[in-house]
Amino acid sequence: MMTLQQQNISDNNFESCIKCTICTVYCPVTAVNPDYPGPKQAGPDGERYRLKKPVFYDEALKYCLNCKRCEVACPNNVKIGDIIQSARIKYAKGKPSLRDTMLANTDFMGNMATRMAPLVNFTLGLRPVKYLLDRTMKIDDRRTFPRYASQRFESWFGRHAAASQDSYPHTVSYFHGCYVNYNYPQLGKDLVKVLNALGVGVHLLDGEKCCGVAKIANRCVDEATRDAHTNMKAIREATARGDETVATSSTCCFTLRDEYPHVLRVDNHDVRDHIMLATRLIYRLIDEGKAKVAFRPDYRKRVAYHVPCHMEKLGWTIYSTSLLKMIPGLEFIPLDSHCCGIAGTYGFKKEYYDYSQAIGEPLFRQIRESGCDFVACDCETCKWQIEMSTGVPVENPVSVLAAALDIAKTRELNGVAAIPAVE
Amino acid sequence: MKNVNARKEYDVIVIGGGATGAGTARDCAMRGLSTILIERLDFTAGASGRNHGLLHSGARYAHTDPESAAECIRENIILKRVARHCVEETRGLFVTLPEDGLDYQNAFVDDCRRAGIDAELLEPAEAIRLEPAVNPDIIGAVKVPDGSIDPFRLVTANVLAAQLNGADVLTYHEVTGFVKDGTRICGVELKSRRNGERSTVYGKVVINACGIWGHHVAELAGVKIAMYPAKGSLLIFGHRVNHMVLNRCRKPGDADILVPGDTISVIGTTSTRIPFDEIDRMEVTTGEVDLLLREGVKLSPMLAWTRVLRAYAGVRPLVASDHDPSGRSISRGIVCLDHETRDGLSGFITITGGKLMTYRLMAQDATDMACRKLGVDRPCRTAEVPLPGSEPDARDEERKAHIIELSTEMKAAEGRHGSWTGKIAAGNDADDALVCECEQVSVAECNYAIEELHVNNLINLRRRTRLGMGTCQGELCACRGAGILERHHKCTKRALDDLASFMAERWHGMYPVCWGETLVEAQFTSWLYQGVCGLEKEPPRHEEEMNS
Repeated sequence: MMTLQQQNISDNNFESCIKCTICTVYCPVTAVNPDYPGPKQAGPDGERYRLKKPVFYDEALKYCLNCKRCEVACPNNVKIGDIIQSARIKYAKGKPSLRDTMLANTDFMGNMATRMAPLVNFTLGLRPVKYLLDRTMKIDDRRTFPRYASQRFESWFGRHAAASQDSYPHTVSYFHGCYVNYNYPQLGKDLVKVLNALGVGVHLLDGEKCCGVAKIANRCVDEATRDAHTNMKAIREATARGDETVATSSTCCFTLRDEYPHVLRVDNHDVRDHIMLATRLIYRLIDEGKAKVAFRPDYRKRVAYHVPCHMEKLGWTIYSTSLLKMIPGLEFIPLDSHCCGIAGTYGFKKEYYDYSQAIGEPLFRQIRESGCDFVACDCETCKWQIEMSTGVPVENPVSVLAAALDIAKTRELNGVAAIPAVE
Repeated sequence: MKNVNARKEYDVIVIGGGATGAGTARDCAMRGLSTILIERLDFTAGASGRNHGLLHSGARYAHTDPESAAECIRENIILKRVARHCVEETRGLFVTLPEDGLDYQNAFVDDCRRAGIDAELLEPAEAIRLEPAVNPDIIGAVKVPDGSIDPFRLVTANVLAAQLNGADVLTYHEVTGFVKDGTRICGVELKSRRNGERSTVYGKVVINACGIWGHHVAELAGVKIAMYPAKGSLLIFGHRVNHMVLNRCRKPGDADILVPGDTISVIGTTSTRIPFDEIDRMEVTTGEVDLLLREGVKLSPMLAWTRVLRAYAGVRPLVASDHDPSGRSISRGIVCLDHETRDGLSGFITITGGKLMTYRLMAQDATDMACRKLGVDRPCRTAEVPLPGSEPDARDEERKAHIIELSTEMKAAEGRHGSWTGKIAAGNDADDALVCECEQVSVAECNYAIEELHVNNLINLRRRTRLGMGTCQGELCACRGAGILERHHKCTKRALDDLASFMAERWHGMYPVCWGETLVEAQFTSWLYQGVCGLEKEPPRHEEEMNS
């Protein structure tokens, strides 16, 4: 008889909420926006009401950043952020606006923009254009746009790097993401440089699509799901040939691992453990003695490290910070774990801009006061936000490594000096 | 509440603040009788507050008791009109499981139609499409106009209606005896459950509408009614699993109805005769919990992995036929006894039996009898006049159009108070602040309930608003609610005692199902209240009832 009771354990994740409200205390939005009901009410509490009647859906859920800090805070493993995103997808009224669709389709926009990057960059920097975008599309004119690159990372890689990669004793596959491909190929180049020096060749995934985080946030779910299936197919192929899949963006990495199964319902359990952040792979290579490193003796920098929200959720901050701390000439300043406020496309939207800046303000202040040379951070949108709001430059830890390593010496230590290095 | 009515002689004294008593008080008052409603504890403290909350279509009785079935469907249609803010027209399914066989269903549809119930035979696939929570193995399904009804709202609305028509209301006053003039009842002796003060209320007719407790009240008047208490246990699930009422299409049995009520679903019931000394302290047993789960899962397999919030039990007043004092021949129909003709005691009426569904009809029967005794000839209008909260409202269409824009707590309040929601202040931070987060009860809603709806303590407040009925079972809201009550009655000691009894009452219902998340939550609650806040472990058990 008792087995019935023993087996009756709720499978409805929202029912595990014990109402401790810690999530609401940790929510960056609740602190600055009284119209947002907070993760507890928007998530598990609201879910009960939405299950009663969809009319109880509260449009204020749009204020959620999807930073997942609520999930990190939850002592009972309630997937609060997932519940909120799923509710927005299921119940929010109306189709995503033209603006949201454009912001969400980072890959399409990037693909178009890189074809005429100098013109796009020039135009997007003009006051009248920003004014127009602000008034017509409600993209805030105070926001600085990320610049587009003239040459996509994929093109560079095909032309300069692809040929030599299989000469290395090990290989990984690289999920570069839209940002590296269209905006900042230098980060991808830095990764190839560092991994090659450590004796690891780099493959690209076959037909990589955008990870979809912006599409999820802007409710373009069908496209996101389609892209997710394409990416999972490519990652499965990579795993089958023995490659781990690495990303330099904490958000792309988090999306591939967690948003796919939780929000898009795209199963990835067979390869999830093989998807990781580049700094995790690099740290483990060094830590396990599989790769050796030599640093430049003249490297001297004062670096503040910012933990992106999705990095916090991944729980992998320790890999990036440990790598930075290995660099002899680097003075490491940890910043308080605090959301920068941009949350991908959120901070571009006129109606959220002020919240976005208010959320990030304590972080900006700390950065300004730190006296650092630059901020290290594993997320590209945090980079835009911090650079725009503080004037302090932001570098991915992989780029920091690329600058701090004595590449020639490191290649020698790892026995790959004979292979022609990519330049 | 001080009894200030000692000198007045009423036309009618109604004893019992359940659906029947409140409905009778309303009917009497609407017919112009001067009326007082007296309740020992709080409204819905007895069986009215401890049932499925099922708005029967009558289909359940179509086969076994066609007369009750016809009564049910008539009342069903009436309540959907006059009590629409208490009713949700969910519709219901009678489903046939492979183990039950289709024989019952074949006769069932005809029985329903004969009773005037609109029963529609569905393909199992269609039934599963309509109600995805139903067991996918069903081999037959019939759609009927079942619904859910909130008994707390229903009784509150009846009390409000009685008061609007001039009736007086006394809660927490127990009848301790009757004032007699020879063979005529002419009043009741009362003892306040709050301060022990004794008083007398005089009236020409006394109506005993106390459910199973009517057995004892009749004894006080010196007459005997053979009643038998039958306990029915139910389980509440943490959220709304099904959107249509699910019934087993078979002879009525244990745990064969799953009702979606407000934010939750309820499975029930069991049926066990219990001795009278247990009716004020019923416990749900492990065996009953197992039975309810085991049978419930057959109706909706997902109950197996849904959190059980609490368990509770109500007690049906089964009345033995006067011609068979052995108690073997039990009627589930309405019993309206004129003690003048039956026992030679004039001025005393007992209305009992029946069910929540037929409360209005029971009230009508009792009021008709009282009117005859008083020589009053006025028609019953309770089937036509909407209850407070259910009045047609010119703003209806407008409200429907704007409900999306309302805050979640105002949407929730609309569901609870209907067209009277406008009485709840809103629009500023102090009023809109949430007291109960699970059930979305605002400070203003609590204030409204305390000022207008006879709220003395947190348990009363819970019944008027759903405060503390959600998944946290008072963990977050109880202390806030106690604070608001304290502001009204200005006694900290009373508020603390109230808080302790409220938490004990919540725990009483959680205890039988305390495993998994419910156990974790209960533990956390006890840390908060006992560990952090130092609330006494043993609550002072003064006035309030302990039944879950």
